[in-house]
Amino acid sequence: MASRPERIAPPEIFYDDTEARKYTSSSRIIEIQASLSERALELLALPEDGVPKLLLDIGCGSGLSGETLSEEGHHWIGLDISPSMLDIAIEREVEGDLLLSDMGQGLGFRPGVIDGAISISAVQWLCNADRSSHNPRLRLKAFFTSLYKCLSNGAKAVFQVYPENNDQRELIMNAAMHAGFAGGIVVDFPHSSKKRKEFLVLACGQLSTNASLSQGKNEDETRLSDDDSDSEDEENQTVRNLDRHRHLKRQKKSKSGKGREWILRKKDQMRRRGNDVPQDTKYTGRKRKGRF
Amino acid sequence: MRLLTHNMLSSNIKGVVNGFPLRIEAEKVLEKNVEMNSDFLKKMFEKIEWKAFVEASRGMGYTELPEEADSSMLDSDEFLNRFHHALLELHLEEGALVCPETGRRFPVRKGIPNMLLHEDEV
Repeated sequence: MASRPERIAPPEIFYDDTEARKYTSSSRIIEIQASLSERALELLALPEDGVPKLLLDIGCGSGLSGETLSEEGHHWIGLDISPSMLDIAIEREVEGDLLLSDMGQGLGFRPGVIDGAISISAVQWLCNADRSSHNPRLRLKAFFTSLYKCLSNGAKAVFQVYPENNDQRELIMNAAMHAGFAGGIVVDFPHSSKKRKEFLVLACGQLSTNASLSQGKNEDETRLSDDDSDSEDEENQTVRNLDRHRHLKRQKKSKSGKGREWILRKKDQMRRRGNDVPQDTKYTGRKRKGRF
Repeated sequence: MRLLTHNMLSSNIKGVVNGFPLRIEAEKVLEKNVEMNSDFLKKMFEKIEWKAFVEASRGMGYTELPEEADSSMLDSDEFLNRFHHALLELHLEEGALVCPETGRRFPVRKGIPNMLLHEDEV
């Protein structure tokens, strides 16, 4: 993302009438939103018993993501803080119910009634303090604890997020863990800066962290094979948990030198991104003679 | 807003212990036809707080629901039809939701309840 709307203004001000209309009339954004919500729904892994579910769409905006839910036959309740976005949703006659609400103030639902929640590109807004009374840590806490409360046992929540940096990622993840959720981050297209998408997959209930993580991995494997048949040229999936010691590992590597294998891997990576890369030959990664 | 959503909503003002059910002040109620799905209705029935649901439907001007209901009544088509109509087809278009404990009004405009809290209510 070249520009981040979070840096410009608070969501209820940034998404005013013109911006909301612009957002919803752009075919590119509609397409991205649809594919993101389809993927989120897939990660939500609802039981396939043909019975419609009651889902939450947090930060529903103009209802682009909710449309995917309606197509699958589910009932949904959408929350957003921008009245202009909700006005457009009404104009588009979305099927879900809409609430004007701030997720950082906590969700007002009865305990255990919701079957699942998705949120497309919204949670990172919580990391901002747009008013003097805002404390991102407290707002994240209020959001995740109230969400945990209203989800039924075993329900999942999938958030597509654009964290600005690792600190933000950790802030969001920690708040979720403190609220009692188990889960991790699924990264689609980790090697491409444009297509890279992060999904926070959280499970509520008695699942242990490991169980839900391995579940994510399995899903990814199936996804990988799907994409192979589609001959997608990106290496698609990795599952990561937040690891505090990652930077230590990286340091060790750089001390021992990078080596031919590393160069080949990097070149391969650049090729997959479609860059012009010189051929691999016997000279690749070879040390120069000393007299040079 | 449908009664499905109303039955799930509770007021989350700081310090409120029992924010459910929000009282409905209806000014304008719309009806929209929706296809019936009995599986969904049966599943939702377990989650619905019946007493609050009946009260809310009366607030919206629909009085056909029985005072008491149990799961055996779900076999009757007539009951399912009424349940379906009240749950999914009645829309609160204009009016307000009132917190039962504090009396705070959440206005409903164009079908969207404004659940934003003031800073001193968080």
